[in-house]
Amino acid sequence: MSAPTKRKAKWGAGVLALVVGAAALAIAATASATSGAESAQAQRITIAMVTHGDGGSFWSVAKKGAVQAGKDLGVTVRYSESNNDPKRQAQLIDAAVSQKVAGLAVSAPNPAALKNSLARARKAGIPIITLNSGVGFFKQFGAITHVGQTETVAGQGAGAKFKASGAKKLLCVIHEQANIGLNQRCAGAKAGFRPGSVTNLQVAGTGDITTTKNQIQSKLQADRSIDAVLALNPDIAIAAMDAVRGARSNAKLATFDLSGDVVSAIKSGRILFAVDQQQYMQGYLPVVFLYLYRINLNTVGGGLPVLTGPGFVDQTNASRIEALAKKGTR
Amino acid sequence: MGAADAKAAPSQKPPADERLAGAGLVARVLQRPEIGALAGAIAVFVLFTSTASTFASPDGAAVWLDVAANFGIMAVPVALLMIGGEFDLSAGVMVGSTGLVLGLLVTELDMNIWPAIVLTLLFGAAIGLTNGVMVVWTGLPSFIVTLGTFFVLQGVNLGVTTVITGTVRVADIDLAGGFESASKLFASTFGAPHNFTVAVIWWIALTVLGTWLLTRTRFGNWTFAAGGNPVAARSVGVPVAFTKITLFVMTSTTAALLGVMTALSLRSVQAGQGIGNEFRYIIAAVVGGCLLTGGYGSVIGASIGALIMGMAEIGIPFSGWNSDWRFLFLGIILVLAVLLNTSIRRRAEEARRR
Repeated sequence: MSAPTKRKAKWGAGVLALVVGAAALAIAATASATSGAESAQAQRITIAMVTHGDGGSFWSVAKKGAVQAGKDLGVTVRYSESNNDPKRQAQLIDAAVSQKVAGLAVSAPNPAALKNSLARARKAGIPIITLNSGVGFFKQFGAITHVGQTETVAGQGAGAKFKASGAKKLLCVIHEQANIGLNQRCAGAKAGFRPGSVTNLQVAGTGDITTTKNQIQSKLQADRSIDAVLALNPDIAIAAMDAVRGARSNAKLATFDLSGDVVSAIKSGRILFAVDQQQYMQGYLPVVFLYLYRINLNTVGGGLPVLTGPGFVDQTNASRIEALAKKGTR
Repeated sequence: MGAADAKAAPSQKPPADERLAGAGLVARVLQRPEIGALAGAIAVFVLFTSTASTFASPDGAAVWLDVAANFGIMAVPVALLMIGGEFDLSAGVMVGSTGLVLGLLVTELDMNIWPAIVLTLLFGAAIGLTNGVMVVWTGLPSFIVTLGTFFVLQGVNLGVTTVITGTVRVADIDLAGGFESASKLFASTFGAPHNFTVAVIWWIALTVLGTWLLTRTRFGNWTFAAGGNPVAARSVGVPVAFTKITLFVMTSTTAALLGVMTALSLRSVQAGQGIGNEFRYIIAAVVGGCLLTGGYGSVIGASIGALIMGMAEIGIPFSGWNSDWRFLFLGIILVLAVLLNTSIRRRAEEARRR
């Protein structure tokens, strides 16, 4: 090896070490600025919550509930979400199990995909509670209970309320391609809305609100007989509201789940009602239940799910809920 | 290896080529396209080992290796395709499509899982053939052609699944005949009590195979030539069209393999499975030293790129960082890894030139 080459190589290695160091420092600084110190909380009970959430206005409220429960009880809550990717969710559960958390709360929109990972959790002696989705499967998973609402029943309730308002043709807007719970809501709405007819519409989703609005609007323009629209997400509901206005349609609008904007729209009468599953409790209660199991071996539910909904928000109670929704807890 | 000597092939090399002379071991190592990615991987590993105690434990490693393997299995053919000068944006959705084909064959036609796997792999190969022939015949950029395939498959996935099953998911794949034996090969775990997934072995095997193909065979030389300068390659007798079509078929067949593995490990397939991952495969290849313009890169590098992404994905929840900031962390880690990679390669190339 010639001497100049050697010097160059050494220099290269020096640069490498420098950049590696800088990278590690920069990231570590970012990390400590945004999260609590791990070592200080090492002695506390740690509960992991793994959902299929997407950080949108629905899941941010559930997360807030989980974090608040952690604060109220003095336990560490680790919340992570998979953006509706079942493979990723299974991997996140595996990660929590390998960290030997004291309790595991999971949403299970695709139970088969989580089966192996949850079996591992049970084998490791970690108590499980399911939330939001997976009410039909919590026993099979060996979970203590399920915290949520049943999609079909909630859908039926929405369909019946629309029927009572005199609507004849309902458009059910599906915003996630692969979320089975949304199809169950529409199927429930169909049952509750009989003899009126229900059409499902697949839209781009919360990641592309502009396209979603245009898709709903063109459907309303193409079929003038649609006199009711059911959105399944608060962000989609606001898009649907603009679409109804844009199409100069007289369709009545309702939605699943709340946001500050939705509550204001209910107050002003532009949205008829919202089916509220009170997801703050879906974040809060599993942490409490797992904590009680951990310290006192209490099991909640007696083998039945704990229902957080459906509750309905309409003009009669909207103003009181408005303040809470703006705070991000409803 | 590298673009320089690939272009010289397949014509005979002169006995004393000044481009091959006089580099020492350290300099030669630093000139490899994957060395920057390796440094990035070490940096990310050190970072998360220091922020989360379980990260470096066997249980922790089993998780992030699984994530990395699921990116890495596809990063191998995607890197080869990129070195050959083309993109495949349908690589992500194809994992879902092929998983659904397998699921529908065994649940709707009550087929045994083994013949269903063979048909699924053939289906995957056929899509790659379509992509490749379309790109070569029309001369359109593969970015556009495969984007079209992506949307077509996304629509077909949802449409067909909804029509046939009435929901957006094919479930009960585990009831099919032969499921247990197929699971052993495609979706089992090893190294008990730790749960290392068999996907990791597939990933390593494909990396070795891809590296051998690229650096030790005539097809590898063709790949570098077709991506580096297709006109020059054609004029020295490289079958550019054949090479590119073969690369597309390899990509889609591997996607079918991953689709089979996903379907077997999840026992069900959602209509939206795999969508969005196409960019992660490309990012893994780029982090690993592949040029977006083609003609340069490494399979090992792409696999290390996948390893970085796997470690980052799992290291973030391991460290208890707020999930709201997940993509920020992911983005910073990836950009730093690429910067490190590029700076090292530049130094190495300067060293070579002087």
